[in-house]
Amino acid sequence: MPQFWRKSDSTAIVVALLLMWLMPFLISTYTLTVLVIYGMLGLSLGLIWGFGGILCFGQAAFFGLGAYTYAIAAINIGESTIPMLLAVFVPALFAALLGAMMFYGRLTDVYLGVITLVVTLILFKFVNSTAGPQYTIGEARLGGFNGIPGFHTLNIPGLPEEFIWGDALYYVCAVALFLAYFFVTWLLRTSFGRIAIGIRENETRVSLMGYDVRARKTALFAIGAAIAGLAGAFFANWGEIVTPGLFSLGQSAEVIIWCIVGGLGTRFGPIIGAAGLAYLKFLLGQQTFIDNTLITGIILVLFVLFLPKGIVPAVSSLWQISFGRRASRKSANRRPRRKVRNANG
Amino acid sequence: MDLSFVILVEILYAVASLALISAGLAVVFGMMKVINLAHGEFMMMGGYVTITAVNLGINVFIAMLIIAPLIVGFIGLIVERLVIRHLYGRLVDTMLATWGLSLFFIGMATMIFGNTTTSITTPITGFAVGSYQINGYNFFIIFVSIILMIGMYVLLKTTRLGLIARGTMQRSDIAAALGYSSDRIYMTTFFCGAALSGLAGAVLAPLVGLVPTSGGAYIAKAFITVIAGGPSLITGLLSSSSLFGVVNQIFTFGISPVFGEVALLITAVILLRLLPQGVTGKFFKGKM
Repeated sequence: MPQFWRKSDSTAIVVALLLMWLMPFLISTYTLTVLVIYGMLGLSLGLIWGFGGILCFGQAAFFGLGAYTYAIAAINIGESTIPMLLAVFVPALFAALLGAMMFYGRLTDVYLGVITLVVTLILFKFVNSTAGPQYTIGEARLGGFNGIPGFHTLNIPGLPEEFIWGDALYYVCAVALFLAYFFVTWLLRTSFGRIAIGIRENETRVSLMGYDVRARKTALFAIGAAIAGLAGAFFANWGEIVTPGLFSLGQSAEVIIWCIVGGLGTRFGPIIGAAGLAYLKFLLGQQTFIDNTLITGIILVLFVLFLPKGIVPAVSSLWQISFGRRASRKSANRRPRRKVRNANG
Repeated sequence: MDLSFVILVEILYAVASLALISAGLAVVFGMMKVINLAHGEFMMMGGYVTITAVNLGINVFIAMLIIAPLIVGFIGLIVERLVIRHLYGRLVDTMLATWGLSLFFIGMATMIFGNTTTSITTPITGFAVGSYQINGYNFFIIFVSIILMIGMYVLLKTTRLGLIARGTMQRSDIAAALGYSSDRIYMTTFFCGAALSGLAGAVLAPLVGLVPTSGGAYIAKAFITVIAGGPSLITGLLSSSSLFGVVNQIFTFGISPVFGEVALLITAVILLRLLPQGVTGKFFKGKM
């Protein structure tokens, strides 16, 4: 039986609480909120790509879908609790359908990439073209390129007039990220998560052992989309507007870069990658000397060439080599390398 | 009558431009199994080279057909030597690295040319068919695509270079055992692929207003066309671009341009679901 509570969890809780308390002293909570939201988005792709081996080029589709679902539902309902749930549920359902279509067709790597990319583009093109008054869902106009402004933002459940914003929104998002992190941790310890990792390592072998690989991949894909949708809903609350830009290829690219830089196959890596790079982008955005995109591009190329495992695995293996005992080093060696995964597709 | 002629020209134009924008990507993918996500940016650079050359007073056709492919080809060569060479055989990593390169080039172009739209006028004037106006430049694009396809076919089928290239495409280890340096062949192929992308970008440049991010408009379409085409280079390219071009134009004329695009994308998803190895993975097997 897998162990559901480990010593490292207590450390993680203490570290997370400390970070949550200390970070507002360094960075304004307004910026910090979006960093936390991006961390959650990074975590969602980190789960399905790093642990499930599903390279999704369209994680932004689920993020955008979550945000739009929230905005449309919030306008129609006039409070935030049900829209938040819908924003998790709709992307998950969408991903389950899409995933079922792909995985039951036994599509793998590049083809998976193409389809997720194409679906993101379809959503982007469609939402972009919905400027006319005929495109309404309930009372919400989709608004095309201009997006949907002015929806009901997050409130305390049951009290539609008690808005959560500013510092409070930051703490809500941080706690949500915290819960998502532990949900992922817990999920990976269940037999479901362990089999998902098995599928990443060798799909044929796992299916020969009698597991339904297709259903499990679909389920994992849907869970990843649910987390991305939640992040999207928080983003809608933070920005107070949703635009088609959320579905853009640039957004999808960024999520992938966060995961690569932070480290695949770790839970913490994508969060660090997301928050770190988003903050870097924020800082670079304040100067005009060098273009932002240029830096992002260079970072991605350099990481793929020189540090393909990402920051967190590199730092932790350095730590193991410097301070770890022999036994722990052995267990570190047993961790799967990315090369192995690629060889098996 | 006039309308059907116009629609026919538009369909031919859609097919030709799809084949044109995918050719560079198809060469690189078919040959080296490298998905070059910076393909759109190579096209964008081809466009900028053309516009710069024309502004310097060079004839527009020389700029489009000679200068742009050469310069973009050389940029591709540098990129291959510095980055892609180290990543052969790692499909996902090359995709990510070239994605990084594409961002890099966008940033570069933004810094050099600024985030504004630049354009040149089309060198061929339009003419009227009955009560409709047809862009004469469309015929030029159709013409260039046809020449390009014939040229690629002749090069691959009849020359010794083409034979070596096809051999390497099938079994690079055997080609290497026979004394052909696959490293050098890959380098040449990447140069050709980049040059083709540059050509496509240059030829399309007079039709679109060029911004540093305009590569993004092409990459997805080219990517889909190449993957849907499957392993055979020319047949695959022709079959998938015909299918997508026709679907796109039917829905464009039937409903609206946006639905044309969406229909193209939905067709791609359905096609890949049914034929995951691409069109030529199932039909026309063993053709080029």
